[in-house]
Amino acid sequence: MSEKPQAADAPHVVEEGSSGTAPAPRRGFLAGMGAIAAGGLAFLAPVWSGIRAALEPLERPRQDADLIPVAKLAAVPDDGVPHKFRVVMDRVDAWNTHRQLPVGAVYLRRAGDSVEALNVVCPHAGCFVNVAADRSRFVCPCHKSSFDLSGAVNDPASPSPRDMDTLDVEIRGDEVWVRFQNFLPGRAEKEPVA
Amino acid sequence: MRPVLDWLDDRTGYRRLLRAVLVEAIPGGAKWRYVWGSTLTFAVVVQFITGLALWASYSANAQGAWESVFYIQNDMAGGWLLRGIHHYMAHATMILLVLHLMQIVVAGAYRAPREVNFWFGLALLFIVLGLSLTGYLLPWDQQGYWATKVATSIASITPFVGPALQEALIGGADYGHLTLTRFFALHAGVLPGALIVLIAGHVFLFRRHGVTTGERPAGARDGGNPDGQFWPDQALRDAVACLAVMAAVLYLVIRTGGAPLGAPADASEPYAAARPEWYFMFLFQWLTYFPAETEILGAIVIPGLVVTLIALMPFAGRWRLGHRFNLGFMGTILAGVGLLTWLAYAQDRADPEFVAAQHRAQAAAERIVELARGPDGIPPSGALTLLRNDPLTQGPQLFADRCASCHSYDGHDGLGNELAEAQTAADLKGFASREWLTGLLDPEQIATPRYFGGTDFARGRMVRMVQSRIAGFDAAQRDDLAKVVKALSAEAALPQQAALDEADRSEIAEGTALLASESIGCTECHEWRGTVEQSLGPVLTGFGSREWLTGFVRDASHTRFYGDRNDRMPAFGPDEILSEAEIGLLVEWLRGEW
Ligand code: HEC
Ligand code: HEC
Repeated sequence: MSEKPQAADAPHVVEEGSSGTAPAPRRGFLAGMGAIAAGGLAFLAPVWSGIRAALEPLERPRQDADLIPVAKLAAVPDDGVPHKFRVVMDRVDAWNTHRQLPVGAVYLRRAGDSVEALNVVCPHAGCFVNVAADRSRFVCPCHKSSFDLSGAVNDPASPSPRDMDTLDVEIRGDEVWVRFQNFLPGRAEKEPVA
Repeated sequence: MRPVLDWLDDRTGYRRLLRAVLVEAIPGGAKWRYVWGSTLTFAVVVQFITGLALWASYSANAQGAWESVFYIQNDMAGGWLLRGIHHYMAHATMILLVLHLMQIVVAGAYRAPREVNFWFGLALLFIVLGLSLTGYLLPWDQQGYWATKVATSIASITPFVGPALQEALIGGADYGHLTLTRFFALHAGVLPGALIVLIAGHVFLFRRHGVTTGERPAGARDGGNPDGQFWPDQALRDAVACLAVMAAVLYLVIRTGGAPLGAPADASEPYAAARPEWYFMFLFQWLTYFPAETEILGAIVIPGLVVTLIALMPFAGRWRLGHRFNLGFMGTILAGVGLLTWLAYAQDRADPEFVAAQHRAQAAAERIVELARGPDGIPPSGALTLLRNDPLTQGPQLFADRCASCHSYDGHDGLGNELAEAQTAADLKGFASREWLTGLLDPEQIATPRYFGGTDFARGRMVRMVQSRIAGFDAAQRDDLAKVVKALSAEAALPQQAALDEADRSEIAEGTALLASESIGCTECHEWRGTVEQSLGPVLTGFGSREWLTGFVRDASHTRFYGDRNDRMPAFGPDEILSEAEIGLLVEWLRGEW
C-alpha cells in the first residue's frame, strides 16, 4: 500500500470520527507521517537484528572440502560392485566441535588398482541410494531413480536429473582418500553445497 | 491500487476495522501521559520479535542451552544485539508496567466500570514476572541456575501441593533437560499465549470504557481543549515514546555489551554470587527476615495478602477515603520494595565474600569464553567439560580444598580468601621458579613460613646447610649459586620461564655442572643426574617438572622425595585423596600451564 491513500484517509476519518475539531489536513498528514516514521524507527533494531540472526547461516564462512581417509584399500573388495563406507571426520556443528563424527557415506568400487567413489545421496531429491538386491545397479528408494554401477543414469524414466555424484579419490599408501562433498540436488549440473 | 483495496475491503471489511482502531475519541485531546499503554504493547511486541529470532537459534537441553546462547552471543552476527534487546526490554517492560499501574491507581482509573480491566492489568503483571523468571534460567549459566533454584525451592513450600508443584515444574527431582524444556515451553508458549489473550482483553475493555480523564464529569472539556482522537495526534506521541524506550534499551545494550552470560551451570560448583534479577531482589531480601519455619509467611502469606489488597483497590476506591487508602497503600508498598532493594544491594556491596564471589564468577565467565574459543571448541558433552578439565579453574579450587590447610599460595588459599588456619608448609606460588628457589637458598628466608619455617624441616639438614654453608659463601660462590638456581629451575621447564631459560642456555649449562661441584656441594645429599647413590634429600633431577611434581603430590614419602622424613604431606595418590586427573590439574595449575 502506498502512503497516499492513507494520508488522504486521515482527515477524512476525522470528519466522521468524533465531535472534536479535526486537525488541519496538512498538520494531520505530518503527524501521521511522523508517527509512522517514529514507530518504524523504534522497530528497526529488533527487526533488523532478528532478520540478521535468521539469515546468519548464509554468512558463515565456507570450508573447502579436503581429502580424508575413508578406508583401507584392502577393505574394498575387487569385485566390481560398489561397497558402502562411512565417512568420519571432525565437524563443527554450530556451537559444538565434534571429533571423528560420522557425517555421511560413500560407495567405493574397486577397478583394479584404482577406486571410484560416489556420494550415496541421490541427485534427485537427496535420499540415500541403495545397491539393488541383485547387485546389478543402484536404486533410490524414494522415487526409483535408477543408476548403473558406475553411477550413470541407466533408465530414461529415472527422475534423477544427473548421474550420481562422483568424488575425487586418491590412493595414499594402503589407504583410500576421498574428497567428501555434498552437491545441490535437483539440477543437471553438479554444484557443491557450501 | 484503489480497486484492489476496494475488493479487499469488500471481502474483509478491513477499513472499518482500521477506522475502529485509529479513530478512538480522546476527550481533551492527545496527551503525553496517555502513552504508557502503547509503550507497553510496543515492548511486548519487541519481545515477541526478538524472542522468536532467539528461539530459532536456542537449544533447550542441559548440554546445549548454555552452548547455544554462547553461540548467539559470541559467534552469531548481531546475536549479542538481539539478546541484549530481549534482555533489557524485559527490564523496560517491568518498569513500564509498574509506571502504568501507578498511573492507574493515582488517576483512580480502576473505579467502576473498570474493575475487571484493572484485574487484567494485575494478571498481566504476574505473567510478565513469570516470563522474567522462566527466561532467567534459559541461558543455563550459573547465575540463572542458582537464582532459579531459589525460586523453585520457594514454590515447594506452598502448602499441600508444594513438592508436587516443584517436581512438575522442574520435570523431576532435580534440574536437568526437562527443567529447560518445561521452562522454555512456559517462557515461549504458555505465558506468551496468556499474555496475548490478556492484552487483547485489556485493550478491548479499555476501548469499551475509553480513557480515564480524571475527576471531572463526562463531556466536560479539559481546560478548554477540544477532544482529539488516536490518529494521528496520539499515535505520534505514542510512537515517539516507543522510540524513546527503544533508544534507552539500545543505550543499555551497547553500554554493557549485551546481556551477561556467566559460566555454564554446574551443580557441583558453589556459586555464592547467585542473585535474581533486580526486580526480584526485594523478595530475595525480604525472605532473609523470615527464620526457618516462618518462611511460608514471607514467601506466600504476606505477598498473597498484599496482592489481594491490591486486587480489591477498585472497591475500596469507591469512597474518597478508600482511594486515599489505596494511594497510601501503594506508596507504602513501593517505598518498601525500594527500601528492600536498596538494602539488598547495599549489603551485597559491603560483603567482601560476595564481592569476591562476584569476581570469581566474572573470571569464570571470561575464562569459559577463552576455552570455548580454543582450538578444541566446545565438545558435544558441553562447555562444562572444558571448565572441569581446566587447570586454571580447577587448580585454585582443589588447592583451597586439599592443600590450603597447610600451604598457602601467594599468601592466600588459592581462591583469594584469607587462610583459615596459620600456614604450616611452604607457599607454593611460583614453585620451582628462579625467584622461589633463590628464596629457598637464602639463609634469611629458608626458615621462614614461606619455605620450611613451619615444618619439621625448620631444623632439618637443608635449613642447616643453607644457614651455615651458604651463609658463608664468598662472592664467587654466590655467583655460582645463581647459576645453579637457573639450572635447577630450568629442570622444571615452566612455561612462564621458557623465554628466560632459552636466553640463558649457557649459564644453565654452567649451573648444571656446578650443581655437582664440590664447592657448591648439593650432590652431597641430592641425586643429580645420577651422581649420588643414596639421596638424603629429594631427587633434584627434573625438579619441579610435571613428572616430578606429579610424583611428589602423589606420594611425597616416596624415597625419591622426602622418604620417611616426610613431615605431614599426605600421600594423595596411594590414599586416593585425589584422582590422577585432579593431581594433573593441580600440577598444571601450580606450574602455570593452561
Ligand atoms: C597436612 C599438611 C599438608 C597438606 C594438606 C599438603 N601439604 Fe604439601 N607439604 C607439607 C609439608 C609439611 C611439606 C614439606 C615442607 C614444605 O615444603 O613446606 C610439603 C611440601 C610440599 C611441596 C614441596 C615444597 C617445597 O618446599 O619443596 C609441594 C610441591 C607440596 N607440598 C604440594 C602440595 C600440594 C599440591 C598439596 C595439595 C594437594 C599439598 N602439598 C598438601 C604439608 C602438606
Ligand atoms: C646436607 C645435605 C644437603 C645438602 C648439601 C643440600 N640439601 Fe637440599 N635438601 C636436603 C634435605 C634433607 C632436604 C629435604 C628437607 C629436609 O629434610 O630438611 C632438602 C630439600 C631441598 C629442596 C626442596 C625439595 C622439595 O621437596 O621441593 C631443594 C630445592 C633443595 N634441597 C635444593 C638443594 C640445592 C640446590 C643444594 C645445593 C646448593 C642443596 N639442596 C644442598 C639436604 C641437602
